[in-house]
Amino acid sequence: MSGEFKSGRIVIVGASLAGLRAAETLRDEGFTGELTLVGDEPHPPYDRPPLSKQVLLGRVPAADVGLPARRQVDARWKLGVRASGLDPAAKEVLLANGERLPFDRLLITTGTRARPWPHPEEARLDGVLTVRTVDDASRLAERLDAGPRRVLVIGAGFTGSEIASACRERGLAVTVAERGPAPLVGALGGTLGSFAARLQRAHGVDLRCGVTVTSLLGSNGRLTGAELSDGSRIDVEVAVVALGAVRNTEWLDGSGLAAGPRGVACDAGCRAFNMYGIVTDDVFVAGDVARFPHPLFDYQMLALEHWGNAVEQAEVAAHNMVNPGPLRRPHLAVPAFWSSQFGLNIKSVGVPTFSDQVTIAQGSVEEGRLVVAYGYRGRITAAVSVNRAKWLEHYQRLIETAAPFPPEPGAADRPTAPRVMASDVPDPKVLSHGPTVALTGHLPDRRLAVLRPMA
Amino acid sequence: MQIVVDLNRCEGYAQCVFLAPKVFELHGEEALLYAPAPPAEQAERVRRAAAACPVQAILVGEQAGADAGTGAGADVR
Repeated sequence: MSGEFKSGRIVIVGASLAGLRAAETLRDEGFTGELTLVGDEPHPPYDRPPLSKQVLLGRVPAADVGLPARRQVDARWKLGVRASGLDPAAKEVLLANGERLPFDRLLITTGTRARPWPHPEEARLDGVLTVRTVDDASRLAERLDAGPRRVLVIGAGFTGSEIASACRERGLAVTVAERGPAPLVGALGGTLGSFAARLQRAHGVDLRCGVTVTSLLGSNGRLTGAELSDGSRIDVEVAVVALGAVRNTEWLDGSGLAAGPRGVACDAGCRAFNMYGIVTDDVFVAGDVARFPHPLFDYQMLALEHWGNAVEQAEVAAHNMVNPGPLRRPHLAVPAFWSSQFGLNIKSVGVPTFSDQVTIAQGSVEEGRLVVAYGYRGRITAAVSVNRAKWLEHYQRLIETAAPFPPEPGAADRPTAPRVMASDVPDPKVLSHGPTVALTGHLPDRRLAVLRPMA
Repeated sequence: MQIVVDLNRCEGYAQCVFLAPKVFELHGEEALLYAPAPPAEQAERVRRAAAACPVQAILVGEQAGADAGTGAGADVR
């Protein structure tokens, strides 16, 4: 009987992209019950990707990045209040203001927050910033408007690299410090990592890899400089901490759900697991905070900090919240993301870190236009294009059908002798920034089992 | 008016750039930059751009949750 699925009380904790698209889908699918969205930021849902691009370039005010509604949603919004706990037995969400929200079904879309600088005193220095929220981006854009003599970006993942790109485009001097061997290497491997390093240097970035920032220096509460692990010291007025993201799961401590630093584990239908690995049927998860098994990647639990995943997984979760078992759908979309930096458009399909080999399938590093295909044990698992977006759909089909790696030549601009190289994806532990795609905790070409003799 | 472009879907055909150049621009060869809250006088051009997009990547609508207000957990419907 589907009536019970279309009525009752649904609470969505997390009022960003995933929460919004889920709310719209619930109403689209005929849910007529009570719907409540809880968000800790005081703003209605907004779009984050422009924050590190248009907004930092000063082209668009941070306040403009709202999201268009797909439809009107009859819902109660509770913004500016954090969820502080979940009582799964009483089926209630606890709010930081002491309120309790009863639910019949719950959707968790609490996403991530910026990983803070690890030294709290240094993090409080005026001039030390992160970029995750609209308020963060607004503050940083203001600082960049003021024309600081040098900006330090700590961490050369996608966010850090986009920030450095915006600084250079504004003509500001920028130093990027990354513990790993190259920018973007954690997400894209060695071939595109070294491409990104050359790109940054060609655009005047003072790129320093293989170093860590050991301390941020201040005077009268203002940031004045930084010390690096190689003994060098730089004068900076602004430091942007781009160390990756932390998943917002602390509020679920004690809830009995399989929630922790890697996210909230769920099945392919977005139903959360409890800590015993038993699937719940009234708690669902979607977006950056979810970890889910994906058959294309050996059923490894994936946690994706991707815009497209937030939308697609939210749609699947919402559908499954208001439909009985046989009508439920799996979340099987091939992961995809984009980044624009230093005038280039970088797009990815599949999971580049799930690889042991790569080949430049089209174009070349020299011309700055290329497609890199990634393989794992002889099948294609990912492709990344640089200024070659139109080609990517072809590779997506190859990934979906587990086609052989290296891919068959199919294009006129294929290099004469395609060379297959190691994908050189470093262990995430050696990087400054956290990975935007987190695999279960190991990379496929690595064995992590450690045998310890009994004492 | 609020817009968002699904840049996973965008392949840089740039039809939007021709139809609404004050809202959409190419940054380099194929990276699209756009103004998420275009002014009212651009509305017609933006709608035409959304309709013309070969991969239908542009979503146009009113701002989501604009009726949600802001504040410390106040109930807003």
